[in-house]
Parts: sequence; C-alpha cells; structure tokens
Amino acid sequence: MSKKRGNQTFVIESDISIKNTYSIAGPEEGEGSFKDYYDYLLDDDLWECKSYEKAEIKIHKEVIDGVLKKEYLTHRNIDCIFGGDLLNQIISSSFSAREFEVPFIGLYGACSTFGESLAVASMIMDGDNMQRIVCATSSHFGTAERQYRFPLELGTQPTPTSQWTITGAGAVLLERNSGDYPKIKSVTIGKVIDYEISDAANMGAAMAPAAYDTIYTHLRDMNRTPDYYDMIITGDLGKYGLDLLKHFAEVDGLVTENIFDDCGARIYTSNQNCGQGGSGAGCSAIVYSAYLHKELLAKKLHKILLVPTGALLSRLSTMQGESIPAIAHAIDIEI
Amino acid sequence: MIEKTEYQKYVNKTVPRTQELKTLLTAFISGGIICMIGEGILDLYTYTLPMLGQEEIATLTTITLIFIGGFLTAVGLYDKLGRHCGAGTIIPITGFANSIVSPAIEFNREGVFQGVMSKMFDIAGPVIVSGVTMSAIIGIIFYLIEVFA
Repeated sequence: MSKKRGNQTFVIESDISIKNTYSIAGPEEGEGSFKDYYDYLLDDDLWECKSYEKAEIKIHKEVIDGVLKKEYLTHRNIDCIFGGDLLNQIISSSFSAREFEVPFIGLYGACSTFGESLAVASMIMDGDNMQRIVCATSSHFGTAERQYRFPLELGTQPTPTSQWTITGAGAVLLERNSGDYPKIKSVTIGKVIDYEISDAANMGAAMAPAAYDTIYTHLRDMNRTPDYYDMIITGDLGKYGLDLLKHFAEVDGLVTENIFDDCGARIYTSNQNCGQGGSGAGCSAIVYSAYLHKELLAKKLHKILLVPTGALLSRLSTMQGESIPAIAHAIDIEI
Repeated sequence: MIEKTEYQKYVNKTVPRTQELKTLLTAFISGGIICMIGEGILDLYTYTLPMLGQEEIATLTTITLIFIGGFLTAVGLYDKLGRHCGAGTIIPITGFANSIVSPAIEFNREGVFQGVMSKMFDIAGPVIVSGVTMSAIIGIIFYLIEVFA
C-alpha cells in the first residue's frame, strides 16, 4: 500500500515498473531533437484520415497497440487503459479505447494528463488492484489549434511567448514485479495554482508557479534536495517558462544548474521556429516514451522527477476574461 | 515561494516581447507590395478593358485580389506568408479573403450547413458587423449634415 508522506506525496511501496513504451510523432517532431528515438514517425499529420481528429484517434489507438505488441501482449493481458488528451470530451482517448475490449479510465488534466495517469495508475496498482495498466496520452497540432486558437490556414503571427502543440502520442506499460526496469517510487499530486496570468499565448508563465509548487512540495515531503535527481524535467513550460521555474527555485536557494529541464523546451531544435517549444498532452508522453525511458534503461539517467504541467483553461474561460489556473504532478522514476 | 504580485511584476519585466521595429517594417513592406500588385492589376484592367468605367475597374480589381487571397489560402500558402508578414497580409483585402476561406476549409469536415456555412464568418464576422454598423452610423451623420447644412 502507498504511504502518504507530507501533504501531497505518496510513496509507492510495491515494485511497479514502466516495462515498455511506444511513441508516435508527427512530421515537425520528426525533425526535432529526438528524431532518432521515436518508434514511429508520421510523414503526414493526417495519416490517411479524413480529419485531424480522426488522425489523433488513430495515433492514440496505435500507440496502445504498439506498446502491447512490443511486449507480445494482447488487450486481454491488461487490466485497464488510462488516458487523456486535449480535445473536448477527451474523444481521442475514449474513441481509441472503444477499439479495445478493456476497462478504460479517461482523465483530463490538460497537458499534465500523462503525469495524472501515471500517478493514478501507480497508486491503484500499489493498492494491489490491477496488475498491468497502459497509460497513453496524445495531442495533435491540427486539432488543438482549431479548438483553442484559430483555423490552420489563417495568416496569423505567433507572439514571442507562444508554443507549438506537438503532434503525437506516447504510451507506457506499467507492470508489477517485472525486474530491472525504471520504477515509479513516489508521486506528488499537484494543487491547482493560479498566479493570475491571463495571456493564453503565454502558457509557460501561467504554469511555472504550479510546476514549482509541486516540485517544492515533493522535495519537502520526501526530504530531498534537487540534486537527489539526475534530472527534474517539466512537461511543457517552454524555454521562457523553464527560466521562470528556475527563477522560483533560485529565489528559494535551490540548485537548478544541470538538473532542471523541460520536455517542451527540448523537443524542437532551435532552427525549427517553434516559438518557446512544444506543448500538449502528448509532449511529456512522447519525450518520456521515446527519450527518457531509453536513457533510464541505458543507465545514463538513474533518478528523474517527471513533472507534466497543464494549463486548465478553455477558450470560453479566456473569452470571459478569466486568468489561467495550472496544475502539475510529479512522478519520481528510478532505476 | 515568490508572491503572486511579485511574480507578475517579474513576468512583466522579463517576458520576451515582439520586436516591433522588425514586425512593423515587414508589415509595411509586405502590405505595400500587396497594394502595389493591386495597383498593377488596376492599370492592367484600365488598359485592357477600356470600355469599363473607373468604378467598375476598381470593383474588378478588388474581386481579383479577393480571389488571389482565397486561392493562396486554399493551397496553404497564405498562412505561411502571414507568419512572417503579420499585419501586412492581414490588413489588405487579401487578408479578409483569408479570414473567410480559412475557417471554411477548416470546418468543411463538419458538413456544409453546420460546418462551412455557419463557421465561415467566425473570424470575419466581427469585421463585417462593425463595418456595416459604422457605415450606417456615418451614413446617418452625413445625411443629417446635408439636411441641416
């Protein structure tokens, strides 16, 4: 059983491994920093579908299929699928889950959904309720743009703080007692934090306080310093958001050098012209599935704190003048 | 942890800002080029279609520019221009065409009635409403001036 430590952290006492991962990335991500790490690269972000929504559903379904195939499993071998995405009523996750005859729990925490699903799944497994769970999250540039912003063909100019929603999905297979694989050791469930940033094109600034609050709480609850980890990597703060996060930490006297990083800030190369970096529910999922997991397996990294971050806004809340509340969950993964 | 107001001040101070000189210049030049193309088309029609009056030629030029804007949107070029040119491609009438054609393409997948027809004025709607309202108000003002002056 997991033990509560401090106010928000739960120590996972049983042996829960992230046994395998699968990632699918879009064309823009395929030219990014992790191009050699993805399991499957799309040449075309429609992937022979009639709409971007249908393409995202297909991507979401295929990553779940992919991770099962890698382990020579079928859907009958898993107890549950956990998943989420950015679309209204999380259709990508639930529509892809209809292809598998497996119990499904749909989650929404905006771009933090990957962290949310890992946290909830590992706690359920720690309670000895399920043996094998697949967690998958996805996002798509085409679907997110039209839902949150403007039509794709509209000639708008991005602001300097804007980010690029990644196209892709990542899935991980969680299993009990499976040997020398990265393990989830503890999770910290974040609070919703609103520092009253209302510029929807500056998500990094809106999410940085939530990310820091969760990281700070995690370190305090576990009685650790940042250098316990080889890397504390947030989901999609972007370059500017990462700077803000480091500022928070430095004011409190924490060491950030060579430890703090961000999936969104890393996913594209600097000459890709993608603003502050990547964002979206798939961002931390594909960076973990494609890159971080392999680095852990290769023992280049031993202990990481993955902190997917989410901005909990909707188009209506922005239009009604609301500020942007944000959340982040911390997952302590060690090998 | 840093306080809310202090954080907002810090963000205001450090946030990356638009390089206005650069965006203004590219907008000025690209918008200017579009207008020059418009002038060129106007001259072309004036010489090739001498039977038409000045007003008809102006209308024809506008229609041509709208077509070019719509066409470039449809082949997926206008948004790429817009990324660099900003207001230079938004303000001219080609930008207006772009703002109607792009949602029409986007919502094509939701069907003709609920999709294309209802969503095509998503972006341009406010421009049309304020344009019509303003022209009505100005028309009334002009009428009153003519009556009383």
